[in-house]
Amino acid sequence: MTLLPELGKYPEFILAAYAASLLVLAGLALWIMHDARTQARLLAKLEAKGATRRSARNRKLPRK
Amino acid sequence: MTTATAEQRAGFFNRLANPTRFMGLADAILPWLTGLAAVLLAIGLYMAFFTAPPDYQQGHTVKIMFIHVPFAWLAMMGYAIITVSSIGSLVWRHPMADVAAKTAAPIGACFTFLALVTGMLWGKPMWGTYWVWDARLTSVLILFFLYLGLMAMWQAIEDASRAGRAAAILAIVGSVNLPVIKFSVDWWNTLHQPASVVKLGGPAIHPSILVPLLVMAAAFTCLFFVLHLTAMKTEVLKRRVQALRMTRVDAASGASK
Repeated sequence: MTLLPELGKYPEFILAAYAASLLVLAGLALWIMHDARTQARLLAKLEAKGATRRSARNRKLPRK
Repeated sequence: MTTATAEQRAGFFNRLANPTRFMGLADAILPWLTGLAAVLLAIGLYMAFFTAPPDYQQGHTVKIMFIHVPFAWLAMMGYAIITVSSIGSLVWRHPMADVAAKTAAPIGACFTFLALVTGMLWGKPMWGTYWVWDARLTSVLILFFLYLGLMAMWQAIEDASRAGRAAAILAIVGSVNLPVIKFSVDWWNTLHQPASVVKLGGPAIHPSILVPLLVMAAAFTCLFFVLHLTAMKTEVLKRRVQALRMTRVDAASGASK
């Protein structure tokens, strides 16, 4: 077994297909992770300013 | 199905429709699913490049099949998720169904785009052309446009609930394309080869090529759900941010009166 795989007569097409897949999927994953971090940061900032959700406010109400 | 089982199942989906409960479940599942995706991808790539033999007709270009076929399957699975979620959103008004449908669209669009691109890169050395307007290729291109249409609809309509309803109707109407894609190679004379894995009488592929293909398909399916669950969690946070901003605006306008 060699360290480099055998790619036959059309290596450029095989490598281009895998490179395009890596590029698109890495881009998608980075975009989703960036969006997740941005929203978590925005939510934390709002909550730090004292904004609370309706469900959280209702939990704080004393039971009758 | 007994009444008790049906009620239990309905109860499970109702519990899952609660965004807070969904977030907890997603947080528990995501690290395991991410690890599984990474391990399966490493094994699948090793098998694809080092252990799978060249095909007797297609030679080493069969390596493109190990990514092209899973991408095509996931392109269809993504749209099936959107269709089922859209029904859940329209009929039962489950908030998480709406979130699932919206967030699956860009992920499904990426997998469809990759199925088209890797198919073109496989087609040129094997068929002598990047593209032909045959039924399989054209119906997958239509699927890609459907994904783009859904994404555009979510962006174009400002009110999230109206956008959700309009997108759900478009998604359900567009789902007629799924059986067309699947059976296009049987119904019409296409350059694209007929089904060779999912077919009556079992797969027509030798296990030395079938096993790496199934491992890669499992890896990309895990990756799809990792991305989808993360995007769904982000959408829930986005809606909480919007709700909190509205609360603050309402409070500010109430105080100024």
